[in-house]
Amino acid sequence: MKLHEHQAKTIFADAGIPVPDSRLATTVEEALDAVDEIGYPAAIKAQVHVGGRGKAGGIKIATDRDEAEQYAEEILGMDLKGYTVDSVLVEAGVDFVDELYVGVTMDRGEGEPVLMVSTEGGVNIEEVAEENPDAIAREHVDPAFGLHPYQARKVVYEAGVDADVALDVASILSTLYDLYEDSDASEIEVNPVMITGDRDVIAADAVMNIDEDALFRQPDLAEMAEASYEDDLERKAGEYGFDYVRLSGNVGIIGNGAGLVMTTLDLVDYYGGKPANFLDIGGGAKAERVTQALDMVFSDPNVDSVVFNIFGGITRGDEVAKGINEALAEFDEIPKPVVVRLAGTNAEEGMEILNTDLIEVEETLEAAVQRAVKNAEEVTQ
Amino acid sequence: MSIFVDDDTRVVVQGITGGEGKFHAGQMIEYGTNVVAGAVPGKGGQEVAGVPVYDTVDEAVEAENADASVIFVPPAFAGDAIFEALDTDLDLAVAITEGIPTQDMAKVNKRLGETDTRLLGPNCPGIITPGEAKLGILPGNIFSDGNVGLVSRSGTLTYQVVDNLTERGIGQTTAIGIGGDPIIGTSFVDALEAFEADDETDAVVMCGEIGGEDEEQAAKFIGEYMDTPVTGFIAGRTAPPGKRMGHAGAIVSGSGTGTAQSKIDALNHAGVPVGDTPEEVADHVEDFL
Repeated sequence: MKLHEHQAKTIFADAGIPVPDSRLATTVEEALDAVDEIGYPAAIKAQVHVGGRGKAGGIKIATDRDEAEQYAEEILGMDLKGYTVDSVLVEAGVDFVDELYVGVTMDRGEGEPVLMVSTEGGVNIEEVAEENPDAIAREHVDPAFGLHPYQARKVVYEAGVDADVALDVASILSTLYDLYEDSDASEIEVNPVMITGDRDVIAADAVMNIDEDALFRQPDLAEMAEASYEDDLERKAGEYGFDYVRLSGNVGIIGNGAGLVMTTLDLVDYYGGKPANFLDIGGGAKAERVTQALDMVFSDPNVDSVVFNIFGGITRGDEVAKGINEALAEFDEIPKPVVVRLAGTNAEEGMEILNTDLIEVEETLEAAVQRAVKNAEEVTQ
Repeated sequence: MSIFVDDDTRVVVQGITGGEGKFHAGQMIEYGTNVVAGAVPGKGGQEVAGVPVYDTVDEAVEAENADASVIFVPPAFAGDAIFEALDTDLDLAVAITEGIPTQDMAKVNKRLGETDTRLLGPNCPGIITPGEAKLGILPGNIFSDGNVGLVSRSGTLTYQVVDNLTERGIGQTTAIGIGGDPIIGTSFVDALEAFEADDETDAVVMCGEIGGEDEEQAAKFIGEYMDTPVTGFIAGRTAPPGKRMGHAGAIVSGSGTGTAQSKIDALNHAGVPVGDTPEEVADHVEDFL
């Protein structure tokens, strides 16, 4: 779960990490009030979960009030890689002479958190990692023990950070590790950490992602996460408790089990269609869950056709079919063609029960996907 | 022959008094698995699904000679339950629980390296040796005894592939779900190594998915050490970067690592044919046999 920059910076500031003075604004008026208080130069930064905001025009530096007004107008409401900008962070510009990258993340391969520091900050760190991996110093942390303070110093020195600011950077890194642990983060990244002419060290950006599986013990962060949904359908999925990812195609997909749903998406693509979403309804297929799942895909205006693929294991196919029939009865009309395919235990019995007045039925996954793709093509023609 | 579990495996079910634990303990017993005990703190002395419940795994092992555990404990307590299994020196612990915080699993993983216990999962459907034992939630009736080993990160995808094999009359030695979390116990390489050493296993199917580099490592292992033919399937070709596709581990990083393509390329490079559809995977298996 990604937090917005302003949320992460509030957490940083509370933990004692120096961040620039800033205000959140949702209107041009609020943005102007903010710059009046903060002064110039001021950065106007779109608050959306999109990487490379600057390049995409989502971050501008205003040197006077006219510019501030112009940029706030431009950025608020703009479409940034598919996301509408609802708020901007107005932030005091930092007069920096140097930029660093620091981060804490989980190294999956090692099963251990890793600290990362690079003097090549301010640019796309993924590119640095690819082109010049040696430019990033790394230090693994024993997750059972936690961070030894020397490790933060070691990785900062190893990265070649200037000696006069190294201890300040190490101190920030130590605090970031504490935050990483205390808030069940999956990733914390500051890019850039700015070094000013006066040799102050400031966290100028903040990326903080929280492990969704730990939100149950992070109530404050869960609340922030709630506020950071950017898509109404994703919010709805959150309320229903579905694993859901919205994509840009027109074939809606419902299934059970992450691997099989992913496979269904891949098959839609393989047979020439475009998947509209990933939606995993989990084990079983109770009528209520099926109703909610259908509601999700039917309320996505991009969806022209739906494929519903359930592998009944412990939950028998006939029970699944009953659930689907009950769910279908909840709708006055079936607004988009739905192809259902049941497999596994008692699949045949299930297929026989399905109400084929409302839906189409196919026996194999491949056939169901091909039919749904064809249905979608017919709608768009 | 089989790997990791057979009809001698003696199972303790952690969390046997919960809804899932109780139901699946019953299902495992019905399948013929040697379930000998349950372990739930505060519930010692009860009987569930016809087996005695103990307060600790240690007591269950003492009293019933259990050598494997299946864990159906809610996410908040599952990390602790795995520690309990590891500290009791079982041969095998199978963690079914989905949604364990990653940082809890990092701590578990650290301990795992210091013990001899094999951990399967978490967030996995378990393991089945058809006709002998199933530890987990796999639907026993879709599997049949045979000579193909199967290892997968996903439950339902495994069932789909098994279904395709069954239609052609192809059965399994053992099928293993290793789990969809970023940090798991048994890896593809561990399972492949065991299948390679198993005389009965004549071919292996591995179903991977996006995220991490386990499949790439598996490809390397196959290329260097395996004589048994392997075919693969990789889910998540259409997954956008940065989005978690259901499984906590199924995420392509912003830098483009963990993509389906890199895994497919690695497997192909190691001489492993990768199916575009589950049906094609079954075709490859048929070719091998």
